[in-house]
Amino acid sequence: MQDRSDLMNFIFGRLSWDAIPFHEPILLITFIVVALLGGALLGWITWARKWTYLWTEWFTSIDHKKIGVMYMVLGIVMLLRGFSDAIMMRIQQAISFGDSTGYLPPHHYDQIFTAHGVIMIFFVAMPFITGLINYVVPLQIGARDVAFPFLNNFSFWMTTAGAVLVMMSLFVGEFARTGWLAYPPLSGIAYSPDVGVDYYIWSLQIAGVGTLLSGVNLMVTIIKMRAPGMTLMKMPIFTWTALCTNVLIVAAFPVLTAVLVLLSLDRYVGTHFFTNALGGNAMMYVNLIWIWGHPEVYILILPMFGVFSEVVSTFSGKRLFGYASMVYATVVITILSYLVWLHHFFTMGSGASVNSFFGITTMIISIPTGAKMFNWLFTMYRGRIRFELPMLWTMGFMFTFVIGGMTGVLLAVPPADFVLHNSLFLIAHFHNVIIGGVLFGAFAGITFWFPKATGFKLDVFWGRMSFWFWLVGFWVAFMPLYILGLMGVTRRLSHFDDPSLQIWFQIAAFGALLIFFGIVFFIVQLVVSIRRRESLRDLSGDPWNSRTLEWSTSSPPPAYNFAFTPRIHDLDAWWDMKTGGHQRPVEGFKAIHMPKNTAAGFILAMIAMVCGFALIWHVWWLAALSFVGLIGSAIAHTFNYDRDFHIPAAEVARVENERTQQLAQLASVS
Amino acid sequence: MSTTVTTVDDVRSFYLGEDHHPENGTMLGFWLYLMSDCLLFAVMFAMYGVLGGNYAAGPGPKELFDLPIVAVNTSMLLLSSITYGFAMLEMARNRKLATLTWLAITGLFGAAFIYFELTEFIHLIHEGAGPQRSAFLSSFFTLVGTHGLHVSFGIVWLITLMVQVSRGGLTAANRRRLSCLSLFWHFLDVVWIGVFTFVYLMGVLR
Amino acid sequence: MSVRVLRGLSVTVLLALLGACHAVVLKPAGDVALQQRDLVVASTVLMLLIIVPVMVLTAVFAWRYRASNKQATYKPDWHHSTQLELVIWAAPLLIVIALGALTWIGTHTLDPYRKIDRLGAGRPVAKGAETLQVQVVALDWKWLFIYPDYGIATVNELAAPVDTPITFHITASNVMNSFFIPALAGQIYAMPAMETQLNAVINQPGEYEGFSANYSGAGFSNMRFRFHGLSEAEFRHWVQQVKADGGSLQRADYLELARPSEREPVHHYGKVADGLYDAILNLCVDPQQMCVNRMMAIDASKNSGGHADMVMNDMTMDHDTPDHADRHPE
Repeated sequence: MQDRSDLMNFIFGRLSWDAIPFHEPILLITFIVVALLGGALLGWITWARKWTYLWTEWFTSIDHKKIGVMYMVLGIVMLLRGFSDAIMMRIQQAISFGDSTGYLPPHHYDQIFTAHGVIMIFFVAMPFITGLINYVVPLQIGARDVAFPFLNNFSFWMTTAGAVLVMMSLFVGEFARTGWLAYPPLSGIAYSPDVGVDYYIWSLQIAGVGTLLSGVNLMVTIIKMRAPGMTLMKMPIFTWTALCTNVLIVAAFPVLTAVLVLLSLDRYVGTHFFTNALGGNAMMYVNLIWIWGHPEVYILILPMFGVFSEVVSTFSGKRLFGYASMVYATVVITILSYLVWLHHFFTMGSGASVNSFFGITTMIISIPTGAKMFNWLFTMYRGRIRFELPMLWTMGFMFTFVIGGMTGVLLAVPPADFVLHNSLFLIAHFHNVIIGGVLFGAFAGITFWFPKATGFKLDVFWGRMSFWFWLVGFWVAFMPLYILGLMGVTRRLSHFDDPSLQIWFQIAAFGALLIFFGIVFFIVQLVVSIRRRESLRDLSGDPWNSRTLEWSTSSPPPAYNFAFTPRIHDLDAWWDMKTGGHQRPVEGFKAIHMPKNTAAGFILAMIAMVCGFALIWHVWWLAALSFVGLIGSAIAHTFNYDRDFHIPAAEVARVENERTQQLAQLASVS
Repeated sequence: MSTTVTTVDDVRSFYLGEDHHPENGTMLGFWLYLMSDCLLFAVMFAMYGVLGGNYAAGPGPKELFDLPIVAVNTSMLLLSSITYGFAMLEMARNRKLATLTWLAITGLFGAAFIYFELTEFIHLIHEGAGPQRSAFLSSFFTLVGTHGLHVSFGIVWLITLMVQVSRGGLTAANRRRLSCLSLFWHFLDVVWIGVFTFVYLMGVLR
Repeated sequence: MSVRVLRGLSVTVLLALLGACHAVVLKPAGDVALQQRDLVVASTVLMLLIIVPVMVLTAVFAWRYRASNKQATYKPDWHHSTQLELVIWAAPLLIVIALGALTWIGTHTLDPYRKIDRLGAGRPVAKGAETLQVQVVALDWKWLFIYPDYGIATVNELAAPVDTPITFHITASNVMNSFFIPALAGQIYAMPAMETQLNAVINQPGEYEGFSANYSGAGFSNMRFRFHGLSEAEFRHWVQQVKADGGSLQRADYLELARPSEREPVHHYGKVADGLYDAILNLCVDPQQMCVNRMMAIDASKNSGGHADMVMNDMTMDHDTPDHADRHPE
């Protein structure tokens, strides 16, 4: 960027060879590894002639099940990236004592902890919950797809485009060095003039569009598309939690969008919202971002509460205890989650009454959460508990989450927060609830619904290995952080002077290593299960003797989910059908009206990504061009009225007859 | 899963014989989107509420705003809402040409609104009262500009729909789209009334 | 089951290790931090009242109702009990009521803005007792302490006499930090153009660790200082020492000091420019800059119908122009 001609600056904006981190060996090696692996993968796809298959069956698919699976894949891939960041931080903190400054200079370390937070929340946890909801909810409510199938595909690709931008920052330029919420003035143009914060802004904005639209989509799906007879209080509990989560998404994400718009105006236009100069107020940013940020926490955890509810009830062989109070608890949490945001910054100097108010509202949330805990407990009471993998994760959750909940309430006491705020105790707390709650929930959900999605169960041995390494690894990694927090150690430090702290960081690094094996064994579990799929095959469609509607259809379900729309009489609809002596219809099939695949979502999201990239690097002509292209393509898409088709009755009959034979075969074997 | 048990349940059927057509969710979905948009404006209003008095020793509303012009501008938008209403009435009567005519008039009023607003912005910037001058002006330009951007998108959408209606007629899909745009247009009107009262009237008359 | 065994084991090991390490938050040296510690402990105990039974019940139920135990009662359709549900909502509610009361009282008595009224349990502050005033500025990446009553200033070194109330006035030069001495009292943010306050007292003489507890950029890890709790005589001697060390902190010196730097050694200044802290707080140490409080006064007068002439055109207000190259050493 030094003495380039105006023409070059016009063409490339801020982009130059300096942006490629040739001088950082860690990044360079990462890049080479990623390039080799990616090249190998792409080569394999080409060699196996799978491009057409991927394109027509997956990328352009508007089938909620396939989109759900793609979300899960995105989540798993990004989990690997987010975890690499985590283990790099653990190693740095374990060795950077006294004279040693470790292997990561602050410039790199500060990007890593920022990226770790951003990736884990936006590109791991969010895809996991959206993926699970996408896959399961339409099946649970007896629908054939979501309300807006095209938007669903578009949302997924927007989320992916955001993730790609974050990944790009590894090798082209750099990521933000501000912490995952990018508080100004530090994130303002004066103190972060580089592209890092711009990567942050645009990846979140693009992914945010996807999240918001998928929130609207799933909300409408749940409100409008339930099978006849499924009143609100007969909705499966996972669907209830999904509904509340999507309400939160629709009501919280616009605030994030707005606050990031304001931050980008400060950075791009030179306005004064969050600057020190000319009347700006940085504390408005902190308030606004947490008005989104706290509901976000519940966006992540509520669906997992739903997963645990389904799992506990299924594997205890019992109806969920206290369904109604579970629903009310979920709704109460949804509402209260908007009244607690200030507990993230008691130390800003608000008055005692304001702080107490927000502290106490936070504690009140623990009442419905506690009630949920008891409901699960009493679902197990007088049950017949099978400790299959999903139940194992749920048990891990119940033991882990209560501790995280306890430390959370502790942090809600303002004077206690004054000594624990921003400390490693806080880090331990939120990992305790996010790993113990959201991630264990995701694993419980994956192991629970995997046979539904694929037709075979996951391997138990590697699943147990993964579970135990995760659980033990979690405690070994984060117990030391609780203790370090009590020793007054703050977060985001890349170097320490006091050698007595080192042992704790070494223990934590060892814990991270255990978690590493937990992740490796999870991948091994997937690979082994796919290879041994014939012996793990489930033909019944209902491998766990479950209770809700998604288990009434085949595994994997046909494109249209249900040949005949189910009629609902009771809360556990499938259980009701099984005990009520239902007969699976074997004739009289009709043509089924379904939406058509489309490439529009993919194309729009890719243009949006190019636009984001151009804005990050100040390549104004490309930004303008891609923006116009985006609007133009969107308009062009609206001229396509031919968006659906009918699956012919004969085709439905063929698929259903196959299923009939399958079930007959199964019955004759048993 | 035994098939022999037939108790009281044989009177209950577990499947729907006929095709199930859930109600179209487009209007609900669009309404939910509008509510999220409403929150976006809420944040902009909140910013203006907090920073609106921070003139940074620079000009304030009284020096800058020209109420009569803004009042004319406001009437443009309000009239456009009424004409959109006429378009919808014509749509209900299934009169394509009349619908298109009223839509065109709506679009013209919208364009006039945008023109006045741009003129005001350019004038302010020439006077040295651009969005960089103070937090007050930053939040003013952002709040009013966000609204203006919405109206501009509304106009683009309106033109698109006019093309689609003139080519495809008042089909069910096009009617649904016109209803969505109608919600959007009236929503922007409501937001503008907030802007006019909160920013302009209260700014000048306080 | 092995979960419990593991946990039991790890808790014992951890407690043993914890005894060996220095958990300053649990063993502070100042009365405010001590009361905060008590609140941490009391809240934890209150919550354990419900957490422990839940964990025990989880383990017991999981074991007793395992599928292989055919003796256990199995009631697949039992899913509701009004009495039980009342209990499971009431139990956490009662705990939260108790905790809420504790919170309300604790938050008000330990409000950092409130002047302290006791030096320790049963030791009220004497009437007319002196309060030590300290002005704290978080700079890129060091701490400046100004003692207005003594006319001295220090960098990265803070001292206070034991059993004397201290009032800190805290601000920052450009980005947000958090002023935290765990042994003394809880933290509070240090924010540019804004002032927060902290009232505290140190009870035991000694050397304590202080630092920024809010990430503020590349040099954040080394943004540490020493806090000395001194006897009255030692403190007087320390003040004399700072004065004797000479050094003068005028506006130009401050602007030089404010440039980003890491691992800054301790500086002593025997003289401090008049009104320096106010100038820092209002971002106008550089006389070219308009002070934030003046700017706000002009704005306020405009709001109350005062004259709206453009007073300020002779002054700049680019309060946000650090030396980029300095702040980003890479």
